[in-house]
Order: sequence, then C-alpha cells, then structure tokens
Amino acid sequence: MKDQGKYQPLTYFQLMETSLRELLVEKGLVTDEQVNAEVAAMRARQPERGARVVAKAWADEAFRQRLLKNGTAACEELGLEIPGLRLVAVENTPQVHNAIVCTLCSCYPRVLLGIPPDWYKSRNYRSRMVREPRAVLAEFGLRIPESVQIRVHDSTADMRYIVLPMRPQGTEGWDEARLAAIVTRDAMIGVAVPKVG
Amino acid sequence: MKPQFATDYPAVSTRFKVGQRVRVRKTAPLGHIRTPFYIRGHVGEIERLCGSFPNPEELAQMRDGLPAQPLYRVRFKQKEVWPDYRGADSDVVEIEIFQHWLERA
Amino acid sequence: MIERSHHDMGGLPAGKVEPTEHDYPDWERRVDAMVQLLRGRGRITVDELRKNIEALPPEAYDKLSYYEKWITSLTQTLLQRGVITTEELGRKMQEVEKRKR
Repeated sequence: MKDQGKYQPLTYFQLMETSLRELLVEKGLVTDEQVNAEVAAMRARQPERGARVVAKAWADEAFRQRLLKNGTAACEELGLEIPGLRLVAVENTPQVHNAIVCTLCSCYPRVLLGIPPDWYKSRNYRSRMVREPRAVLAEFGLRIPESVQIRVHDSTADMRYIVLPMRPQGTEGWDEARLAAIVTRDAMIGVAVPKVG
Repeated sequence: MKPQFATDYPAVSTRFKVGQRVRVRKTAPLGHIRTPFYIRGHVGEIERLCGSFPNPEELAQMRDGLPAQPLYRVRFKQKEVWPDYRGADSDVVEIEIFQHWLERA
Repeated sequence: MIERSHHDMGGLPAGKVEPTEHDYPDWERRVDAMVQLLRGRGRITVDELRKNIEALPPEAYDKLSYYEKWITSLTQTLLQRGVITTEELGRKMQEVEKRKR
C-alpha cells in the first residue's frame, strides 16, 4: 500500500459520519463543541461509577435496600449523573445468580457504566445467554452450582440492569474505595464475580 | 400494583397482578417489536409492574406511542421455554413485556 | 427471515463467546455522541434507530461493525424524518471526499 504518511483515507462509513455531522452543524442542529462535549462526557462514564454503587451497597445495608427498590434514585443519592436511566439492580445471593443480556440489540446501562464491550453485543452472547447461560458463564470461567438458580434478564424495554454481586469473604473492615476496586464491569453484567486479591 | 418507575403519560389501565400467570401472544406481525420471538406462546408469571411507557412499535414509526402501555417483568422457567434446557430446574429468564402482548393463561 | 427477523436471535445456535473488546476511535464516539444529542433534542427516537438497524440486510447486519450500523441507521432515520435529503448528503459526501485527497 502506498505510504501516505499520517493521512488515512476515510472508509465509506467514516465519510458518512463526517458528512452527516457537517450537514447537521450547517443546519444548526448540533455544533462541533456540543459533539465534542458529549464525546468527553461519554469517555468519563466508566465501570468505576457502578463499582462505587456496589461498594456502598456492601458497606451500608440501608443503602442496599434503597438500591434494590430503585436503582436510579440510589445512584442519584451518590451524585452520579445518569440522565434518563431507569436502573434496576438485581442482587446475587447464595441461592441466586443474575446475568444480563439484550437479545434484540445491546441495551446496557451505558449512562452509568460507559460503552458496553464488543462481546456483549455479539451474536454469540445474545443468542446463547438466554438458552444456555451455564455454558456461556463457564466460557467466562464462572461455574455456578446446580443448587444456585440462574436468572437471566433480557433487557427488552426501558429498564437497564446492573447485577449487585455478593460481597466476597475476606473483605471485612474494608473501606468503600477498597471494596469498589474489586468490583469489575463483568461482575456487574453477571459473567464474573468479584475476587479478593 | 405500584409501578417501579412511575411516569405521567396518559396510560391504558393495568390488567395483570404480580404473581399472575400470563401467556405471551403467539403471532408474528411485521414492524419493530420488542417481544422476542423465542418467548412467544410461552406462559410465565408477572414478577413486577415496571411502569407504563409509550409503545415502542409506534415510536419506531414516528408516532407518539400513546396511550402508554403497562410494561411488566415476566418470569419464565427455562425448562418450560427450551425443550432441551440443560441447567437447574429452578433457572429462569425474565423479560420485560408490554401488556398488549400478554393474555391470561 | 421475514416471520422471524434476523436481529431477533435469542435462543438460536451460535458459537463460543470471544471476549473481545476494542478502544473506540473518535469517529465511532462521534456517532454515539450525535445519537445522544439528537435523541435528547427529540429529533429522533431510539426506536427508529433500532427499526432501521433491524432493516439492514442480514449480511450487512452480521458483517458491519456496531458503529457502522449505527451511522447507517442514524442517517436513514434523519432521511425518513426529512432532516436531510439524499441529494444534500450525496453532495456533501462528494465535497468531503474531494477535500480529503
């Protein structure tokens, strides 16, 4: 391929994006500043925000109850900016393991956790998670005993889901920041569980 | 039944109660539909009333989707949904389904 | 393929879940940003976006990346809404292409 230095030709879709954006700016529907600000806002949305919510639920029983009753209100209590999010937290217990999927597209609590990973949007995850959750979880290295009920949540409408994992043994006396550090995005989707050390 | 997320759209009245057995209508019309194919015709139990929301089938066609339809979380036993389900008998799948896709079981 | 739409895949046989991730380049993030801005201003709904993604030919649905599908759907939605016309878009694309050479 001819060396063109830093210049890379636009793909058809990149051309569409540039063209659409310029048209929208010319028509006064958006400005470049607004687009850049929105990009920055989305970059700032990372799983750590959800981890804070989980850590607080582990440390504060009354907060945990409020989180389970209304996930949106609980996040707002922590000052998290989550415009339009209707959040439902589902709790793992010794009897129940929860996992989230959107079979129809890729609904995910983006405004809390950020953009979902590629695999969450993939055909293989979306097709198989509702039908053979135990096999899919095993591919992620998570084996759930038969004595534990698996609840798969297919987000088909306006609610968005986050799994509240069980607090692992060996975290007694930890402060919230230390607890939050072991809560991964995958644990909040339900394909992993938090681990100590 | 108190919705988990109250909205103030003009809404159709709620027909179903928590714990009630309902069947997902078995039909395959054209259009944008948020009731997955795999669950149609199956019987589950109302787990909660999520709230009432404008109909996405109508919103997709650039109409306002009003009056809002009650949206329920419905719980289904996996072994009843998939004939060859390999997992615990207690395993479930929970899906949000609009009232107009449900009938009494 | 009509009775059951290609996107409605829950329960269909499929392969191993490959835990791939990628860091989204700026152009993809701008697609995401435009969608959020236009939704927030009531210019489009997520339902129209989904409908237009579902309307992609099955091969395109499978082969295009997530944001390639979104930019296609966003553009279709704005065309349907009359926010842009095909002619305007075509002329703008020609202009941008010339500029980038």
